[in-house]
Amino acid sequence: MSSRRSPRPGFVLDVDRSTPPILFHHGEGFRLEKLPPGRSRVLYPAEPLPGIDDPEAAIHHALHHPEGESEPLPALLFPGMKLTIAFDDVSLPLPKMQRPDVRQRIIEQVLDLAAAAGVDDVHIIAALALHRRMTEDELRHAVGDRVYDAFAPRGLLYNHDAEDPDGMVVLGQTRHGEDVQMSRRAAESDLVVYVNINIVSMDGGHKSTATGLAGYTGVKVHHNPATMTKSRSFMDQTSSELHKSNWRQGEVIRDAGVKIFQIETTINNNTFGRTGPLAFLQKREWEWTARDRATFIGMQAGLKGLPAARRRQIFHSWEAPYELTSVQAGEVEAVHRVTTENVYRQHLVPVEGQTDVLTMGLPYIGPYNVNSIMNPILVACLGLGYFFNLYKGRPLVREGGVLIMSHPTPWEFHPVHHPSYIDFFEQVLADTTDPVEMEARYEKQYAEDEWYRHLYRTSYAYHGVHPFYMWYWCAHALEHLGRVIIVGGDVRATRRLGFSPASTLQDALEMATDVVGPQPTITHFHNPPILMADVT
Amino acid sequence: MKALRFSRNLPRYAAARLAGSVVSGRGAGPGPLDLVDVDPPELPGPGWVRVRPRLAGICGSDLATVDGRSSRYFEPIVSFPFVPGHEVVGDLDDGRRVVVEPVLGCATRGIDPPCEWCARGDLGNCEHITLGRIEPGLQTGFCCDTGGGWSTLMVAHESQLHPVPDDMEDEAAVMVEPTACAVHAALRAGVPAGGTVAVLGAGTLGLLTVAALRRFAPSATILASARYPEQRNLAALLGADVVVEPTEWLRGVRRLTGSFAVGDGAIDRLTGGADVVIDCVGSAESLADAMAAVRPKGRVVVVGMPGPVTVDLTGLWHREIELVGAYAYGTEEVPDPDGGAPRRARTFDLAFELVRSADLGRLVSATYPLSRYRDAIEHAAAAGPRGAVKVAFDLRDEKERHRL
Repeated sequence: MSSRRSPRPGFVLDVDRSTPPILFHHGEGFRLEKLPPGRSRVLYPAEPLPGIDDPEAAIHHALHHPEGESEPLPALLFPGMKLTIAFDDVSLPLPKMQRPDVRQRIIEQVLDLAAAAGVDDVHIIAALALHRRMTEDELRHAVGDRVYDAFAPRGLLYNHDAEDPDGMVVLGQTRHGEDVQMSRRAAESDLVVYVNINIVSMDGGHKSTATGLAGYTGVKVHHNPATMTKSRSFMDQTSSELHKSNWRQGEVIRDAGVKIFQIETTINNNTFGRTGPLAFLQKREWEWTARDRATFIGMQAGLKGLPAARRRQIFHSWEAPYELTSVQAGEVEAVHRVTTENVYRQHLVPVEGQTDVLTMGLPYIGPYNVNSIMNPILVACLGLGYFFNLYKGRPLVREGGVLIMSHPTPWEFHPVHHPSYIDFFEQVLADTTDPVEMEARYEKQYAEDEWYRHLYRTSYAYHGVHPFYMWYWCAHALEHLGRVIIVGGDVRATRRLGFSPASTLQDALEMATDVVGPQPTITHFHNPPILMADVT
Repeated sequence: MKALRFSRNLPRYAAARLAGSVVSGRGAGPGPLDLVDVDPPELPGPGWVRVRPRLAGICGSDLATVDGRSSRYFEPIVSFPFVPGHEVVGDLDDGRRVVVEPVLGCATRGIDPPCEWCARGDLGNCEHITLGRIEPGLQTGFCCDTGGGWSTLMVAHESQLHPVPDDMEDEAAVMVEPTACAVHAALRAGVPAGGTVAVLGAGTLGLLTVAALRRFAPSATILASARYPEQRNLAALLGADVVVEPTEWLRGVRRLTGSFAVGDGAIDRLTGGADVVIDCVGSAESLADAMAAVRPKGRVVVVGMPGPVTVDLTGLWHREIELVGAYAYGTEEVPDPDGGAPRRARTFDLAFELVRSADLGRLVSATYPLSRYRDAIEHAAAAGPRGAVKVAFDLRDEKERHRL
C-alpha cells in the first residue's frame, strides 16, 4: 500500500455566498457557474484511493489465491487445452490509462503461466460485444506490444465478431426464456480467462462474458426498454434488472460447461493526475491555487481558438495515471462481490434526500466515443444513462424533477464509428423519442441491416442496433424526469433529442421552475472523476 | 391589352442573369420582361380561337427565363417577343371555360400529314416545332404568335382546348397543365410493381409527381426529398411513404432499399438503390444525387429542366443506368393494375382526374394581378421557404380583362 495520507472521502458542499463558481465539464471545454446559495449543494467525488504499490505481485497473488470455489489458475492449465483470454474493450477505462494498461499486466502473467503449463492453443479476444472493433493502436495499448506482436500476426489476437455466422453459438435459454449466446471459440474452450477493468459497479461479473462475448441474439434480451425502465440504477446490482438478466445468463453459461476464471480489477479516481495540466479538475474549486486558476484561464483561452477536431484530439490523447486499487480472481460471483466492495469504497458518497434540479457537466468522453465524436445520442446516453444512474437507493433528483446537462451537443457524427447513429438521428428520433415505440417500429431494421453488419465486421463501426441501446439506456431517466435541459448545446440537435435548449445555466434554472416551482433545490453532480451517490 | 412581354434584349438579359443570381426571381426587375400595352394577337388561321386567361401559373421554366438562366438550347425554338404563361385556365368568347394544352404540334401549325409523333398522340415530341403557320415556339407562352397566359388575351388552337367541368374551380383547373407533366413523368418512370421510386425535389413538379406516382404506381414505395417543412407535409399528404431532407437523401434511399454504400460510413454513393429516381430539380447536383441513389440498371428520369450542367457520367456507364427525360405530355399508355393490357389516354384527361381526386387545387398558394408581377415572380421563386407551392397571376378582374 502507498504511504500517502488517507484520501478524503466524497463530500457534499452546501453552497453559500462565499462558494466560488463551480466547474462544469462542457465537452472539450469547461464552464464556471455560480449556483444559487442557500438551496444548492455540490457532490464531490472522493479523492483517489491509494494505489497498490506492486501491481505485479498483487496480480500474481490473485491468480494463485482465487476467490470462491475455484482452483488457482496454474491448476486449471494443462497441455493440449484450449485457452481463451478475453478482455474488456476500448470502452474501459475512461479516459484510457497510462501504459502499461492493467490488462497487459494481467494477460502477460496469464500467458506466462500458460506457457509454463505447456498450453499452446491460446486465443486472445477483445470482448466488444456490439461495440466497434479496436484498432491496432488501441489493441497494442491494451495488451502491450509484446502480446500483440506474438499473437496478432498469427490471427490469435482479434476482435470479437458477433456477426460471424460460424463464430457464434447459442448455449440455451434462461429460466426467463432469455437466449444465451456466446463466442464459439470461448464456449468450446477448456477455460475462459476474462480480464476486467471495473471502473463502475455495473462492470464485470457475468456481464463480462454474457454480454461481452455475445451478439444481438444474447444482448437484446436485456438491452431493451422493458429491462432498462425496470432497472432502478444500473449501478446498483440489487435494483438492476440488467444485472439480474446477465446473472441468469451466467448460470446458463456455467451449466453449459463453460469454465470461466474471472479476473477483476478496480482502479482509483486518479483520472486527471495529482500534478500536471489537468490536476485542477480533481480539486475542489476553493482549493484551486493561483497556478490552477492560471492554468484554467490559459486552457480556456487556448481551446477557444482551436477547431473542434483539434480540441478533441488534444483531450483524447490524455492518458490517466490510474492506479490499481484491487485485483481479485477466481469464481465469477465471488470475485465480483469483492470487486463491487472495492468500487464502492472509491465511489460511494452518502447523500441525504433528493433534489428538485440536478445539474451536471458532461465531459468530452464516454464509453462509446473513445477517439471519436460525442454525438447527440451519446450525449443523451452519458447524461441520462450513465450519470443519472450513478446512484444507490433513490435517484438524486426527485420524480418529476429536472435534469440540466451542460454540453455543446454538436450535430456531428463520426461516420466510420457511428454510421447507424446518423440514420437513427435522422429517421428514428425525428419520428419518436419513445423507447418502446422505436423498439417496435425500427429496431429490427437497424439490427439486421446488411450494410451496418458489413461495417461492424470489416470497418470500425458500432453495430447497427447500438444507437437504440444508447437511447434505451436513457429509458429510466426519461420516465423519471419532468424535463431535460441542455445548456450550451446545438439548439436543433437538442430539440431533436426531445430536450429543451438553454443558452446559460441561469436560463436553464429559470426554465426548470416551470416544472418544479420557484426556488427549487439544486444538486450539482461534480463528475468526473467518478462518484456514486448513496441517496437516503 | 395588358401583357407581360419578354423581348430579345441581350443587355437586359445579362442584367436579369446578374440580378437573378443574387436573389432568385429578382431578374424581373432589370430583365427583358415588361408590363406593356400591346395589340391582341391575331388568329393565325382556321381553328384558332381567343382565350381570356383567368388564372395563369408561374412555372420553373418561366422563372429560369425571367432570371436569364435558360439554356441557349431554346433560342431557335422560341420566337420573340413572347408573352409567357403556359399554365392557363381561361374563357372562350362563347363562354366556355377551358384549360389550354400549350404544346404546339403539327395540328396547331396546320401541318398535314402530321409527323410520326403527333400522329400517335405524343405531341411533346413533335418534329415540326419550328415549321408551319406560326413562328417557332415549343409551347404557347414561348411563341410570338400565340400570346401567353400572362396577359388578358391570347389565342389557342381548338386542338389545345380542354373544357373545364362546371364544378371544378379555377385554382384546380390551373393545376391541370403542371399535373399533366407530372403524370407523364410518373408513367415514363415505369416503376416496377412493388418497386421503390425516389423523387428529388418537392417544388410544384416534385409534389405533383409524388401524387401522380401514388395514383399510377400504387404499389410502389415512394421516397421524396423536401427542403422545407410545408413541402415535407405536402409530400407526405400527397402520398410519399418516406420524406427526407435533401441532406439525408442518400441515407434515406439507402435505408429504404437496404442497400450497401460506397464509403466507410460516410456515403459517397449507393451500390444498390431505388429502382427509379425522378429528378425534379434539374441541377448538376441533383443529377449526380439521382445517379448516386439509383440501383444498377435503374432509371433516372429528368423532369426538372436541367440546362447546361457538368455531371460525372461514369456511374451511368458503370452501373448501366438508364437516363431519360420526361418533357410535357401527349398520350399515355396506362398500365392495368390487374396485369391486363394497358389503356391509352390523353395525359390531360388523366391530369384532370388526378387534380380532382388528389385535390391539387389546394397547391395554389397565392395569386397576384399582373401589375404586381415582380412580387409574384419573387414569391414564386421563393415559394419553398415561404411555405408556398404554386403562385399564379389572377386575371379575373373584369375591368382588367376588358381593357383591350
